[in-house]
Amino acid sequence: MKTKLFNLALAAALAIAITGCGKKEDTNEQPVANSNAKKVIDTSTVGSVTGSVTLDGKPAPIKPINMSAEPYCLKAHPNPVIPPEVVVNDKGDLANVVVYVKDGLADYNFDTPKEPVVLNQQGCMYDPHIIALMAGQTFEVKNDDQTTHNIHPMPKDNREWNKSQPPGASPIDETFGRAELAIPVKCNVHPWMKSYIFVFKNPYYAVTSKDGKFTLKDLPPGTYTIEAWQEKYGVLDQTVTIGAKESKPLTFTFKTAAASGD
Amino acid sequence: MPETEKLQGVHRFAVATASVTVLLLMAGALVTSNDAADSVPDWPLAYGRIIPPLVGGIRYEFAHRVFAAAVSVLTLVLAVWLARSGARIARKLGWTALGLIIAQALLGALRVLRGHPAVTATMHATLAQIFFVTVVSLALLTSAWWQRDLSLLDDRGSPRLRPLAAVTTAAVFVQLILGAGFRHGAFGILPHLIGFVVVTFLIVWTCRAVRKRFGQVRDLRRWGIMLQAFLGTQVLLGVAAYWAVAQAMQAVQPSLTYVVITVAHVLVGALTLASSVVLTLSCYRLIRPKAVVALRSAMETTRAGGTRPESSRA
Repeated sequence: MKTKLFNLALAAALAIAITGCGKKEDTNEQPVANSNAKKVIDTSTVGSVTGSVTLDGKPAPIKPINMSAEPYCLKAHPNPVIPPEVVVNDKGDLANVVVYVKDGLADYNFDTPKEPVVLNQQGCMYDPHIIALMAGQTFEVKNDDQTTHNIHPMPKDNREWNKSQPPGASPIDETFGRAELAIPVKCNVHPWMKSYIFVFKNPYYAVTSKDGKFTLKDLPPGTYTIEAWQEKYGVLDQTVTIGAKESKPLTFTFKTAAASGD
Repeated sequence: MPETEKLQGVHRFAVATASVTVLLLMAGALVTSNDAADSVPDWPLAYGRIIPPLVGGIRYEFAHRVFAAAVSVLTLVLAVWLARSGARIARKLGWTALGLIIAQALLGALRVLRGHPAVTATMHATLAQIFFVTVVSLALLTSAWWQRDLSLLDDRGSPRLRPLAAVTTAAVFVQLILGAGFRHGAFGILPHLIGFVVVTFLIVWTCRAVRKRFGQVRDLRRWGIMLQAFLGTQVLLGVAAYWAVAQAMQAVQPSLTYVVITVAHVLVGALTLASSVVLTLSCYRLIRPKAVVALRSAMETTRAGGTRPESSRA
């Protein structure tokens, strides 16, 4: 009797283990539609926010990547590669910062762009390091390397997936249905390969270039909370009011631990 | 083949299976420490092939699968061998081990195909420990020492060593679950730290009881010493692992130091549990149960004074 009960319990536990996990991942995830009546943007009144992101202080030195685990990757870079976590020039201009409208656009609805956003794997690094796209927009992953990668985004609100991409394989097309910030992306074959994906409900976002500049254009008049996100230094918020056809400048300054006195 | 030779053979095979299981545990820990658990997105094949391109993290994941296959085959052979020549309990345990390794393979598949490391990887790590101590127990149960006629001991201390050792083993097991949970993101570090205090106290208490009550009994003393040695090593490794994890949080990739320390911490944790299980089983093998001791005491008292003690009247 005891043996039967034990076997039954073991079988039940196994069945729960196999079937009970992973329900969160619904592969038929669809973009969350803004079904309520929404305002239409009057293109004759739109303005913009243009600005730059800088870093106050000297960033902590970052150790170069050790690519010795994969001879192909090692060969692809004659010089040591510094992880692109903090990309800053001599003037303090900060690249790879995501600037976006955090609040103020609830009454508008936006079309999803048709063209895909491309993430390339080149020299065992992700290019670009930060990806921003709209919910439902195609996310295309390419492999230019002569080695195998796996692409593994780990979202909290979207569907998690993990796909392999051998050399010469056709691009992988995926979408993210829900808006979500800073989805980590990893290659578990090459653990230094890390990236972040930002998925927005609106088209008002930008990733700063090497000169730290960004532009959020075609913004309808209104008051907005603009947020800037940096991988190591977190987020900064500012509120800005834009009138009809107005262009507002905006500057974000992140501080290193030394500069902020921490 | 004579019966003793058959048993010796199955015992050696059980020891070999346990040893390969240690390598399997090490391979599994290497996968986690190298952040390579998702480097092969498919199962049972790897990149649609039997042998995937052996680059980067794929090497660790594939090595883990190869060791898992080897241990599965060894366990199958062990279970069949025991079914033909083992004692009843060993036979049952052999089939249990086989069931566990199959369940473990399915859990591993679930980890690969469905993700959710906090749940699936913690369960996978927990089942790994259960399987390991099952095989270690089989190695002990099939040993010539276990089969021998041994003179039994009376434990007149309190608490009794048999339940104390069993509680210690249970605590070590829970501590390993908490450690696995922390490693895979299911829990924070606090439960594991509380577990460390509890386990340290229980192991020291158990080993002290062994030393004080049965210091002359080699078969108990040596397992007590081994358990304490593993505890000491594990404490040092735990401190080092805590430092390594803190460093790794800032690093772009796992460093060799991080990998070595964390893998060693996982392995010594498993060996601590195994030695605690062996000590507990040895206690159950060598020490008379409480009821027998009480009965013997009652009989001795009756013989000496002709009166019945309070406990036996009830």
